[in-house]
Amino acid sequence: MSRSLPQPEEIQPEEPRAGKTGPGRTGPTARPRKTPPTVRIQPPQTPRTRPGRDLTVPPWGFVVPALVVYALVVLYPSIAGVAYAFTDWSGIGDASFVGLANFRALLDDQRTLDSVVNTLLLTIAVVVVQNVVGLLLALGVDTGIRSKSLLRVVFFAPAVVSPVMVAFLWKYVYNPEPTAGLNGLLGAVGLGALRQDWLGDPSLALWSVAAMVVWQYAGYSMVIFLAGLQGVPPELHEAAKIDGAGTWQRFRYVTWPMLAPALTVNLMLSTIGGLKLFDQVYAATNGGPGTASETLSTALFKEAFVYGKFGYSTAVALVLALFVAVVSLVQLRFLRAREVTA
Amino acid sequence: MTPTKPANPADPAKPAKPARSGQSVRRRARWGSYALELVMIAVAVLFLFPVYALITLALKEPRQIADSPLGLPAPPTAHNFTHAWSSASLGPALVNSAVITTLSLLLLVVLGSTGAYFLARRAQGLGYGLYILFLLGIVLPFQLGMIPLYKLVDGLGWLGTYQGMVLFYTGIQLPFTVFLYTGFIRTLPADYAQAALIDGCDHRQAFTRIVFPLLRPITGTVIILNAVFVWNDFFTPLLYLGGSAKETVPVGVFSFVGQYVSDYGLVFAGLVLAALPVLVVFLLLQRYVIKGFAGGLKG
Repeated sequence: MSRSLPQPEEIQPEEPRAGKTGPGRTGPTARPRKTPPTVRIQPPQTPRTRPGRDLTVPPWGFVVPALVVYALVVLYPSIAGVAYAFTDWSGIGDASFVGLANFRALLDDQRTLDSVVNTLLLTIAVVVVQNVVGLLLALGVDTGIRSKSLLRVVFFAPAVVSPVMVAFLWKYVYNPEPTAGLNGLLGAVGLGALRQDWLGDPSLALWSVAAMVVWQYAGYSMVIFLAGLQGVPPELHEAAKIDGAGTWQRFRYVTWPMLAPALTVNLMLSTIGGLKLFDQVYAATNGGPGTASETLSTALFKEAFVYGKFGYSTAVALVLALFVAVVSLVQLRFLRAREVTA
Repeated sequence: MTPTKPANPADPAKPAKPARSGQSVRRRARWGSYALELVMIAVAVLFLFPVYALITLALKEPRQIADSPLGLPAPPTAHNFTHAWSSASLGPALVNSAVITTLSLLLLVVLGSTGAYFLARRAQGLGYGLYILFLLGIVLPFQLGMIPLYKLVDGLGWLGTYQGMVLFYTGIQLPFTVFLYTGFIRTLPADYAQAALIDGCDHRQAFTRIVFPLLRPITGTVIILNAVFVWNDFFTPLLYLGGSAKETVPVGVFSFVGQYVSDYGLVFAGLVLAALPVLVVFLLLQRYVIKGFAGGLKG
């Protein structure tokens, strides 16, 4: 398989299993206190030359139930979905094979093409802003300020609420009325000139949705960055301070490299989440006005359940799947490589 | 939204100025810390604006919402809440959500931990191939299999049932769960289980008595992350349960909002009621939730 994926444990002749073999455990944040230093007094009695024959390898019965459910719910439907993408199935009756017709139709379908562009723009906006805000929040609450525990809870709370409900709340915040919601707030603080029809204006709708998503999940990014920050040993900062490094230099050369694993997780999660985003768009704008905020997820939903074009809809889903797979593999490869050299 | 700037004055040790006395350095640091605190609180206040709107509107009569949309409710009314509770049929929805979430979590923990135990200990050859196969499920968008799965659930006669949803959530969240468990198990020494096996346990006993208790931290993470996902999911229950008696909270709220779309006070009261159970649980467990989120995702 691909080299970029997490490697299996190599055969370890002398070294006892320590806390750094799994994927993602290579980063510096995984270091602190994973293995208590006192645990191992004796080395394992016999070097295990063939770990595959190890006494501790559980029988197949352990994995079979998980595999059956996974195959039933994910693998089989996905493979069948790929097959549907090459048919003209309409949801009822028989499906006939139409080759690449769905994909050719996709290239001529302005609605779908708009949704591809929108999905990419939305994902880029969410990934960049959410992670920048999340990092700033994490740095802010990782200091000695007294309200830090409360602030963490406040910033993180929206992430545990259902996205649909957040979307309804923000529909009010984006109310076009001049005195209500965000417009009312802008008016009240003397920024009345900035009032907009946030969701109704086709040039704004997509960005308004992005802002809503960032509001909900910036705290999520914050928490992951916080975990990374807490893995930075204070001695490193002390040493850098003694060497005369200022705040920015300490961030740039001490904190930032140590945040690499947290950044990997954050970027991957926000990218995959952004590409698949459905609930928020569906509830806030339903893709509108026109196709201004249509994403691949909402477009394929409509193709299937509004227009009854199931074959075509799975072709769109396949495009989405390829997007997600390619982007996340490239990201993983790039980011993991960066972690190692950092 | 740039809370870092005031962090700079907090920096007590500017190079090339070593003559400053310790006390004034500390005082400067304290002022910097106050400034940062003020900025962070200001950010939090701005951040909480939608929540302010949510709560105040839920406490207002429609006429008051029209008159002063942003003012404090004067006098606050609980009428919206009582009305929303009865007309959104939140009671049954809460029960449905609780049943589906609990059963899914149970299955996810059992299947995820046992499966991951196998995959972590047999990390070569076919075992590794299986692990990659599971990881694939994290990347695959579920929309790809949406229609065949719908047909499958329909064919089983499980549309509008608990078991259909539980099966779906277990399958769809297994890859992530297996990923978390496998990463954690790989950091555990195999010796404990080995000792148990030498002492005469079979594999099942070694797992339930020795290994599974060692997995407690990651099991907590698995439960939290999956609970948030399953409880809040909207799309699948809309598809599988929409219109049935087994509707979950997000679906119930969705149709409730659609019905009363113009009455913000009522709609927001419904949202508050629907979000309250999650928020209460979150506030009680927030230390573990935040730790779990961060820790789990790092593994």
